[in-house]
Amino acid sequence: MQLAKKETVSKTSVQALPISKPESRLYMSFISVAFISLLIGGLMGLLQVLVRSGTFTLPAGIDYYQVLTVHGVILGLVLTTYFIIGFHFSLMGKTVGISLKQRKVAWIAFWIMVIGTVMTAVTILYGEASVLYTFYAPLRAHPAFYIGLALVIVGSWVAGFVNWHQLKVWKKAHPGEKSPLLAFMVTINTVMWFIASLGVAVAVLIQFIPWSLGYAETINVLLSRTLFWYFGHPLVYFWLLPAYMAWYAIIPKIIGGKLFSDSLARMSFVLFLFFSIPVGFHHQLTEPGIDPTWKFIQVTLTMMVVIPSLMTAFSLFATFEITGRRKGAKGLFGWFKKLPWKDVRFLAPFIGMLAFIPGGAGGIINASHQMNSLIHNTIWVTGHFHLTVATTVMLTFFGISYWLIPHLRGRKLTPQINRLGIIQAIIWTVGMTIMSGAMHIQGLLGAPRRSSYSEYGGGEQVTEWIGYQMAQAIGGTILFIGILLMVYIFIKLTFFAPKGVEEFPIAEEEEDAEATPAWFENWKLWIGITIALILVAYTVPVIDIIQHSPTGSVPFDFPIGR
Amino acid sequence: MHLHKYEKIWLIFGTGSLVVFLLIVGYGAFWQGTHPQSHGVTIDTNNIESNEAFKPENLGLTKVEEDKYIVNIAASAFFYDLGKDEDGKSVKTIRIPKGSTVLWQAATKDVVHGFHVAGTNVNMMVEPGYVSSIETVMDKPGTYTIVCNEYCGIGHHMMYATVEVYE
Repeated sequence: MQLAKKETVSKTSVQALPISKPESRLYMSFISVAFISLLIGGLMGLLQVLVRSGTFTLPAGIDYYQVLTVHGVILGLVLTTYFIIGFHFSLMGKTVGISLKQRKVAWIAFWIMVIGTVMTAVTILYGEASVLYTFYAPLRAHPAFYIGLALVIVGSWVAGFVNWHQLKVWKKAHPGEKSPLLAFMVTINTVMWFIASLGVAVAVLIQFIPWSLGYAETINVLLSRTLFWYFGHPLVYFWLLPAYMAWYAIIPKIIGGKLFSDSLARMSFVLFLFFSIPVGFHHQLTEPGIDPTWKFIQVTLTMMVVIPSLMTAFSLFATFEITGRRKGAKGLFGWFKKLPWKDVRFLAPFIGMLAFIPGGAGGIINASHQMNSLIHNTIWVTGHFHLTVATTVMLTFFGISYWLIPHLRGRKLTPQINRLGIIQAIIWTVGMTIMSGAMHIQGLLGAPRRSSYSEYGGGEQVTEWIGYQMAQAIGGTILFIGILLMVYIFIKLTFFAPKGVEEFPIAEEEEDAEATPAWFENWKLWIGITIALILVAYTVPVIDIIQHSPTGSVPFDFPIGR
Repeated sequence: MHLHKYEKIWLIFGTGSLVVFLLIVGYGAFWQGTHPQSHGVTIDTNNIESNEAFKPENLGLTKVEEDKYIVNIAASAFFYDLGKDEDGKSVKTIRIPKGSTVLWQAATKDVVHGFHVAGTNVNMMVEPGYVSSIETVMDKPGTYTIVCNEYCGIGHHMMYATVEVYE
């Protein structure tokens, strides 16, 4: 790292390009789909916790697992992907710009995704795809379910390709300059998404679609699961990294500070690219057909993300402290009081950061090889990702929405909406603490995830579980109120907030900041290392899985009521 | 790239803890044999009876020697087959004396299932084409519910059995 110092590039000031009306229409379209999804998915979540409390039965013959499939697909895949792509585009548009042609292709991406989403939604609503969002073979959904999912992924790729092209065009126009930090981060996330979703695309296109249509008689179940989890873990980092973008490069501006370190932020994103993908086996630790040594190797690779996570935690709190002290804070923790607690653009993401402390610790437990056996597929896991994605990521996305939506719509975040936002963040925190806390404890007691209400023939254990399910119903109901409030805020910010100019906050570097080394722009190197790590982690075990595979599985329709 | 002194301390301490943690996990797994189940034993999923352990007469609890038992389970949507009792009824509860070493073996006839003796680390995925197995000592008396913890269809939550560990 010392060597590279010589070849640093000239510093550029933060880019802040104006966003035109047609551009903001594009970005808002993505974000609107996300908020519609939030409402539908949230309603499904409410129904689930009510059913699991044992006091409520779904009307009109609707099946619990159909509701659960909608919840998982629409929140885990639709909401996240649409919001992230909308956010990515707005960051790129703001920092490197978007051409007319790029915008047109971006619309194509949007519509491919919409068609895919509608196809998937219709099959689920007809009860033809109650396979949950993981669609594990040999349960077979209607082919339209898989084709729809494939379209959503292809659409997201097109969006990513546009992002890469945007950066390329900018770099050509700015030779020798380092790419804007946020554009760099977006590129990392889209590269990761593309490499990771190749796995699920292969599974869907080569395994599931021919098999569900009847062209292939059997499916290799373990291979399909391995391909799914090759994608499934980087998927969660695809959700998380946009939150990190906001934490690193936007929050410092909101609190009136500067970027802690441009190169450190880039370094942590590069490390996330490396260690997000070659780790899928930690979701398959209790499976019979994978060699334990390879499981352990991937466990070790999984844990490497601890390093960029620690870097992130340090940077954030260093920014908070430096900013607080500049505002005149005294004593060891005086800076804490100087943070803008009454600004929802800061408060909501900050609660998200705090939630990531227990969320990350729980994640370490989940991925810890033999320790996983205690909690695998228990509702602890559900509690875990409701802390990470549904609190850390969602509260940060809400925090982004409070300024991004009015900025795009030419409106203002009023003090009144700000106050509503703070109430929303508090409701979310209370609801999630109750629901996720109850899920964690119940999971440690052995209760399964993804299960409708059941007394399992009685027994002391089950009686204990049902008490916690009551608590989840209370927490879930509070969360649904939070969702209604958030949707109200979304509508208010989009259509009714007073006209004005809302800032698009992008943190600047310190005057005397050290220049960022030029080697950060070496994309071939980053992608090369990523692919090498994937090959190391997967080549031998995948060959082993294929060579020692049992006879394939024929499709099963009856278990999901088809 | 410059790192602040405190940040170096923070990262060295964090990474150091991580290394220690992985060494402990690895020691447990490789030297004490606490790996999660991973035997890679295959079976014909359309005919699991072809494997001795899953012949109807061998399902359920079998005493091998003093304090040593085998439990064979045939899983299918939405039922754990633990064999039949003297009256020809399906066994729903098995009783094991405290302190016994138990080898749990499970295979599925159809889709993916889970097998979790709730509250213990007997927790396995049961996948088409593979035999899942894990050996454990049941040293805490009580009634345990065995639950299917991998979604297997609309009757998933009705798939269970009971284990009693008695003094």
